Amino acid sequence: MQFSESWLRTFVNPDCSSDALAHLLTMAGLEVEAMEAAAPAFSGVLTAEILSVAKHSDADRLNVCQVDAGDGFPRQIVCGAPNAAVGLKVPCALPDAVLPGGFRIKVAKVRGVQSCGMLCSARELGISEDAAGLLELPADAPPGQSIRDFLDLDDRIHTLKLTPNRADCLSLVGIAREVAALTGAPLLLPQISEVAVTASPLQPRAVHLQAPAACPRYCGRIIRGANAKAPTPEWMRRRLSRGGLRSISALVDITNYVMLTLGQPLHAFDDARLSGDIQARMATPGEKLLLLNGQEVTLTDDVLVIADAAGAKAMAGVMGGAESAVSLETKDIFLESAFFAPAAIAGRARRYNFSSDAAHRYERGVDWENCRNALEYASALILDICGGAADAITHVAAEAHLPRRAVVRLRPPRLAKVLGMPFRAAEITEYLTRLALPFTRESTDFLVTPPSYRFDIKIEEDLIEEIARVHGYENLPAPEPKGELVMLPQPENRRTLAKLRQQIADRGYQEVINYAFVPEEQERDFAANAAPVRLANPIASQFAVLRSSLLGSLVDNLVANLKRKQSRVRLFELGRCFAYAGEDYRQPWRMAMLAYGAVLPEGWGRETRQVDFFDLKGDVESLFAPAELSFVRAAHCALHPGRAADIQLAGQTIGHIGELHPQWAQKYELPAAPVLCELELEPMTRAALPVHAEVSRFQPAIRDLAVLVDQSLPAHDILHGMRQQAPKQVCDIQLFDLYQGKGVPAGRKSLAFRIVIQDTQRTLSDADIDLAVSEITAYLEQHFQAQLRT
Amino acid sequence: MQDLDFIVRAAKAAFAAIADPDALEQVKARYLGKNGQITALLKDMGTLAAEEKRKAGAAINQAKAAVEAALIERREAIRQAALSARLAEEALDVTLPGRSEAQGGLHPVTRTLERIERLFASIGFAVVDGPEIETDFYNFTALNTPEDHPARSMHDTFYLLEEDGSLAEKVLLRTHTSPIQARYMQAHAAKHAGQETMPEIRIIAPGRVYRVDSDATHSPMFHQVEGLWVGENVSFADLKGVIADFLRRFFETDDLKVRFRPSFFPFTEPSAEIDVAFLRGTRKEGWLEIAGCGMVHPNVLAHAGIDPERYTGFAFGCGPDRLAMLRYGVNDLRLFFESDLRFLRQFV
Repeated sequence: MQFSESWLRTFVNPDCSSDALAHLLTMAGLEVEAMEAAAPAFSGVLTAEILSVAKHSDADRLNVCQVDAGDGFPRQIVCGAPNAAVGLKVPCALPDAVLPGGFRIKVAKVRGVQSCGMLCSARELGISEDAAGLLELPADAPPGQSIRDFLDLDDRIHTLKLTPNRADCLSLVGIAREVAALTGAPLLLPQISEVAVTASPLQPRAVHLQAPAACPRYCGRIIRGANAKAPTPEWMRRRLSRGGLRSISALVDITNYVMLTLGQPLHAFDDARLSGDIQARMATPGEKLLLLNGQEVTLTDDVLVIADAAGAKAMAGVMGGAESAVSLETKDIFLESAFFAPAAIAGRARRYNFSSDAAHRYERGVDWENCRNALEYASALILDICGGAADAITHVAAEAHLPRRAVVRLRPPRLAKVLGMPFRAAEITEYLTRLALPFTRESTDFLVTPPSYRFDIKIEEDLIEEIARVHGYENLPAPEPKGELVMLPQPENRRTLAKLRQQIADRGYQEVINYAFVPEEQERDFAANAAPVRLANPIASQFAVLRSSLLGSLVDNLVANLKRKQSRVRLFELGRCFAYAGEDYRQPWRMAMLAYGAVLPEGWGRETRQVDFFDLKGDVESLFAPAELSFVRAAHCALHPGRAADIQLAGQTIGHIGELHPQWAQKYELPAAPVLCELELEPMTRAALPVHAEVSRFQPAIRDLAVLVDQSLPAHDILHGMRQQAPKQVCDIQLFDLYQGKGVPAGRKSLAFRIVIQDTQRTLSDADIDLAVSEITAYLEQHFQAQLRT
Repeated sequence: MQDLDFIVRAAKAAFAAIADPDALEQVKARYLGKNGQITALLKDMGTLAAEEKRKAGAAINQAKAAVEAALIERREAIRQAALSARLAEEALDVTLPGRSEAQGGLHPVTRTLERIERLFASIGFAVVDGPEIETDFYNFTALNTPEDHPARSMHDTFYLLEEDGSLAEKVLLRTHTSPIQARYMQAHAAKHAGQETMPEIRIIAPGRVYRVDSDATHSPMFHQVEGLWVGENVSFADLKGVIADFLRRFFETDDLKVRFRPSFFPFTEPSAEIDVAFLRGTRKEGWLEIAGCGMVHPNVLAHAGIDPERYTGFAFGCGPDRLAMLRYGVNDLRLFFESDLRFLRQFV
């Protein structure tokens, strides 16, 4: 909602600056989003009349004008504008005037002819972009008046960002009412009286309310013989333009002007295009209507239309039809001022992908007691500007369907409880009075009947907000918080996400946050997902689907960072992934990591190599420590088939890890394949409560054992089996060497284990130790056909 | 006994001339060895008379002791010199860079969220989570925003398609974290139904939210933190107090103005928009909108099964992305979602 401040001040004129007014409105909940001057700063420009125009003797395109700028003698000004003509009223910058941009006017010779000033275009004054010629002022402009005063250029234009509950402020009168309530300044409403009705020999159009719940009130009137070609007066044009509305034609401008003034949308039909009675009815399904904006809509039976005997003529309260619209040829006008129920209008324009000022107001609520008033006001303006004769008003109403304002009770103790401070009855009385909210008292309570223009006061809390607004939110107390002291649970068997994230970061990984929507291709490549969850209205085609895996986003981040010349990349992300699950959706939290480039940051005096599967595996294992993970060779569409594994915890697969499949490395132009993993987040937050076990005070014995086994045997199986089968004195077995090559037969590999043997009760003898080692050896020989190396 | 003096002086001079430990031992032999000069003198003593022998013996032993002392001293000096030389040789350029592992880091928004969570945890707010694919019911209806409510147009909502390509009825990407409010209150009320007094609700719910909006100041995905405090005596004044306290703690400054201005949200009444202004510093640029808030609408409480007459509460939803921008001086929201390591590493 945009409006001219000087127009507002014709209704309420508080003694405060423009800035103070804007602040006042903002702090009352009518946020002033922008405030700008109607014109940039300039000085020394007056209204003037061109007395004569003669050709410049030395320049074809220049004229030498004699101009009356009100100071009693004609002044000579050289002017190149094509529309300079005798009798034209134009703005004239006198010598020493300063135009926008600091341009100072001087007496000068133009091709040998003296010029004492400059006649100005709208653009030269910074009023509009129109530079085609001189700004033509109305013929009645008196010469010698400051153009700033004459055109009200010191006016300010305020733009309000209104919340949807304040439909009552979608008009100048509404804003004025609010300003009056906030400042106590008197409110001067426009004087509206009934226009003289000219008895017509013709019948007025009858109106039938066939959908009374949707349209419970309709006022219509015919104005005959108007001149639709009459120009819109300058003052109206200016107020409309500063209200953000373009001037179209006098008839349309007048309906818009009344809407801006009173908040009541009007519609003007060309009466010649109507036949028979007017009906306000629901559309028949499939009924078509060509709208004013050129769009043809196919209606459904929950859309209210204004129809005549021939069919729908307008989407009621939303937009008129093109065929019955007024034009410059219109003679007789059928003017509509109606009340349409918010529920009957809400969402209808949006459904057809457009919006209109009328719909914006109707869906938020229009004052149903003001329809007739608005119609009279518009009639008076039409008769005044376009001439013509007004028929009597046809006014039909379905009283039972008109909104009813229920009494809302305001209890001072409740007010105090909600706001956290008490108010005296006298204060409440004052605030309600200033807000023009009629009330009666019942004991200490206030019984408020909201006026018809307020659609936002339904419950006690709404009144509490009104009291708080007028009192000023900034004047409510802000004590330090006080509440029950309750300790928050700190489950020790859960790791917080904050701690988990920090652990990952401490291993060198940088957290990223990616969009949940990704290109469809990414889902196909990295998740083999042909049916990703799809958005109905994506912002762009590359953001059309929701990701079911975080891997693709990380690869995408890697590509982007390599372009930025980052050679060593470690990334991780925590986020939800999305998938269809029958009627429902799955949206589990996951964690993914990516490692690329050198294993260590570049540095002096150390060997480095490219990061590989086992580096990332080590990182993952460390995140779960002390819990132990198993890694099982498994294929995954994103990963190298020979270098990929499922990650298992307690027998449950909780993720996967591996090197990026070479085909994707090639497709995404990666010089080398990164290693990646993705895990369910929940298992990562599990933490076992530590349980103490006795520490042995006796010497440990350490024995190394090297065996030859089949090359394809997974090391984990052997190690895990040894740990399971070893006698209880064996407290640790580690794999410390893997060897293939000279001395090891083809198809075999040598694994070396370090075994720590210790008893908590006594020092073990050599015999005990040998026995334990031989048990392990026997197990290896038996289960893995291992061959002891000596 | 001039001989002896001469020998001692000669030995000392010979020792002093030597820097190598092996050579020193060879020189030692010249004096103290089997065929050394002092040994020879001792051997020669056998020819002397008893009285003479005693005197000569004392003198020779004295000389021997002097030579031995000189030898020990020289040995020690050589050892010290060798140690010094070794230490000098082993000296490092301590200014060479240390061999560190690379340190990773948290995303600046995560950092901000964790900060917010810790501040609110310190006054008893627990962190809760909720789904991002949300039902129309929890995103709007349960929050007093029925279908066709004009407030719905304040949220440009992402809708989903069904697996068969048709429009999913009643499902969307949540446009705010407020549905967590509705879900949590409902669960809380159900859990404590039948108890004489419902324990207070104090929660904070951070998360990603989605709106069809993309330009320099809007991202189609961004973050919100929802806060909720419901109890028997929670008022608008408490809301003002908590928020003002939070902002001062968050920004660690008192040079901060906070204002509450009336606004509208269907699920709160009265409602307010929270603006901050910094009194000095680079962030001094007028009022900045950072959160919406209000007293939980009685319909929302009632919907969740909480008696709005007895219990009141406030809710707020603030933008951690905006807070992070202000806190760390980031001027473009989109930087948060571009995963540029050069940008992200600044927040390690």
